[in-house]
Amino acid sequence: MPETGRRRPSPDQLLKQVEAEESHQRRGRLKVFLGYASGVGKSFRMLDEGRRRRMRGQDVVVAAVQAIEPPEVQELLRNFEIIPPRTDLGGPCIDVEAVKRRRPALCLIDGLAYRNPPGSRNDERWQDVEDLLNAGISVITTINLQYIREKQPQIEAIRGRRASDSVPEGFIRRADEIEIVDAPPEYCLDRAATGDPVVLEQQLSELREIALVLVAEVVDAQLDSYLKQHGIEQTYGTQERILVCITPRSNAELMISRGKRQADRFHGDLFVAYVEQDGLEPRDRETLEWNLSAARRAGAHIEILHGEDPVRAILAFAEKHGISQIFVGHSQRGGFWRKLRPNPVERLIMESSGIDIRIFPHNEPGSVT
Amino acid sequence: MQAETRPPEGKLKVILGYAAGVGKTYRMLEEGQQLAAAGRDVVIGYFEPHGRQDTIAKTEGLEFIPRRVIAYREREFEEMDTEAILARRPAICLVDEFPHSNIPGSPRAKRWEDVLVLLAAGIDVITTMNVQHLESLNDQIRDITGIQVRETVPDWVLKRADEIVLVDLTPGALLNRLDRGVVYAPDKAQRAKENFFKEPSLAALREMALRQAAHEVDLRQGQDLEKPSAAAPFPGTERILIHVTGAPGAVGLIRRGKRVADYLRADCFAVAVVPGPGLESLPDARREALERHLDFARKLHIETRVLDARDEAEALVGFAHTNAITQIFVAKPQRSRLPLIATRYQLVMRVIRMAQDIQVTVVAERRGREA
Repeated sequence: MPETGRRRPSPDQLLKQVEAEESHQRRGRLKVFLGYASGVGKSFRMLDEGRRRRMRGQDVVVAAVQAIEPPEVQELLRNFEIIPPRTDLGGPCIDVEAVKRRRPALCLIDGLAYRNPPGSRNDERWQDVEDLLNAGISVITTINLQYIREKQPQIEAIRGRRASDSVPEGFIRRADEIEIVDAPPEYCLDRAATGDPVVLEQQLSELREIALVLVAEVVDAQLDSYLKQHGIEQTYGTQERILVCITPRSNAELMISRGKRQADRFHGDLFVAYVEQDGLEPRDRETLEWNLSAARRAGAHIEILHGEDPVRAILAFAEKHGISQIFVGHSQRGGFWRKLRPNPVERLIMESSGIDIRIFPHNEPGSVT
Repeated sequence: MQAETRPPEGKLKVILGYAAGVGKTYRMLEEGQQLAAAGRDVVIGYFEPHGRQDTIAKTEGLEFIPRRVIAYREREFEEMDTEAILARRPAICLVDEFPHSNIPGSPRAKRWEDVLVLLAAGIDVITTMNVQHLESLNDQIRDITGIQVRETVPDWVLKRADEIVLVDLTPGALLNRLDRGVVYAPDKAQRAKENFFKEPSLAALREMALRQAAHEVDLRQGQDLEKPSAAAPFPGTERILIHVTGAPGAVGLIRRGKRVADYLRADCFAVAVVPGPGLESLPDARREALERHLDFARKLHIETRVLDARDEAEALVGFAHTNAITQIFVAKPQRSRLPLIATRYQLVMRVIRMAQDIQVTVVAERRGREA
């Protein structure tokens, strides 16, 4: 269950908040329309928003358009003042100085991923946007997933080719607002069609999934910082976060692979934790190292926990990280004395709150089953 | 082999959003207009205008099928006239508000059931819904918004959709729309802001809609994508057993178990154990609660079984072994005043001890609404 509460922010926090708000006021706001392919309608959405804002009295200009715009976009473009690009450098690029002189409230830039011609003020267009934002001009822009730098290896593996221009993912993640422009793959098929349509549809569908998850992650981070800024201590169960607790004796490989599968299927996060114990036998130490490397291969966040009481340490970690499910091994073994005390699994179940506990049996040789 | 007598099923497209006012209906009508412009026979089966001028303008030129008037408790209500749509036989029908509950006296209880009838008749349907109406998210949604959504759509119905499209809008933009009176009339807008339309709740709902859309896209991709790897030699299919009782927590347990089963593409069973023979052996109150929960499971398309046995844990684990179950879902034991060690003898701990090679998931308490 989420814990709701309001902390009174400390003076330091308040000061930071005021400063953040002030710098926010000086700096322009960035909004990004993200699509997973061309043809989903990003440019249209951007211009449509620009149109509506103009109707509400905002001063809006367009500073960059794509080389080829579909008819409905061209139609919309007619309603806007366009700041002509510089063309004296062998290729078009945004005339940042001209836009700054014109000082609109909002500038629309179609196609964020663009390498400026040599001799331009900045190498890449996203840096031009940064300059405009710093000058207090808000920007709405569009980007196609395949241009996000950190996503490019993954996309290349799906599509078999890589776009030459790119924008750092961090720049997109720092945007004040991001919206996904979603449409079924058939909408983009005719514009990208080469090769087998079935394969293409499959590839586009994979890109679509990546784009949706990316925006979900951005929203999650924004929600997190909103809650922090407002001193609200609440975790929302919007995302599956799985914590696999391993010991040298547990069936760690199975637990990690099941954890990874579940995290992948839920587009969630995987954590693997180990509670430090004294006096490990060399053989156990070796097994543990082996298991931790399996966790690293699975892309898990790895955490070594410390504490007199392993159950407390695990639960404290789980609460801090909004864990929704704990995977834990359970030995059938146990001598007379151990039977008289609650075992760690029993305690985890009874002492946790709002977290599912998945128990993996491990039957060791000689165990009582 | 009924292919000769039955027309092919219609295609279902669901336009998914996370709140009123994000633009689902607008998008539905826009698609309807495009299809009509392309020469397709499109009708509006149900449209909820909410007094939104932009949206109303989008219906221009589209044929409306008049609503059916139903009298209930001396008042008149209007519902979609499914029978009239069937008689009209359009190629495509636009149906707003998929999760809507029809007024008692309607031919079917839920609008999504009406839509299934249209699909069965070979009519394509484009419909709208918000993520919070998905049955399996009901408990999480209550935790986020404090609101228990009562009009829900079972997950298998959404799964039936051929295509899901997400309509995205930032909460900031949505709140602006609300302030400008685009979404609701001023008094309703004010109430909405005090309840549902709070920025963090909206952000959380939006995140859930994005994640659900990603999942739906994932589901509709080829099934052969999961490649065996070193860590998982071959992804064996999981089979999940949910232990159903008459206790209040059972509904949350069923939702959670089914959701995990769906994501893992696992088979799913709901099993109750009674001293026997049959449900009749139980006292009335317990029997009614259990029947309600088994019924709830069946509505979610979970196969249910009732076992006669004295020892619940033994029966569950025995069933699991004979049916190659890989994971048993049980409810967390109630905290009691007894020392912790005493819980060892409760059902859950006994199941864990007896399960041997079967995993057991103890599902945390979820203060869910009753079935």
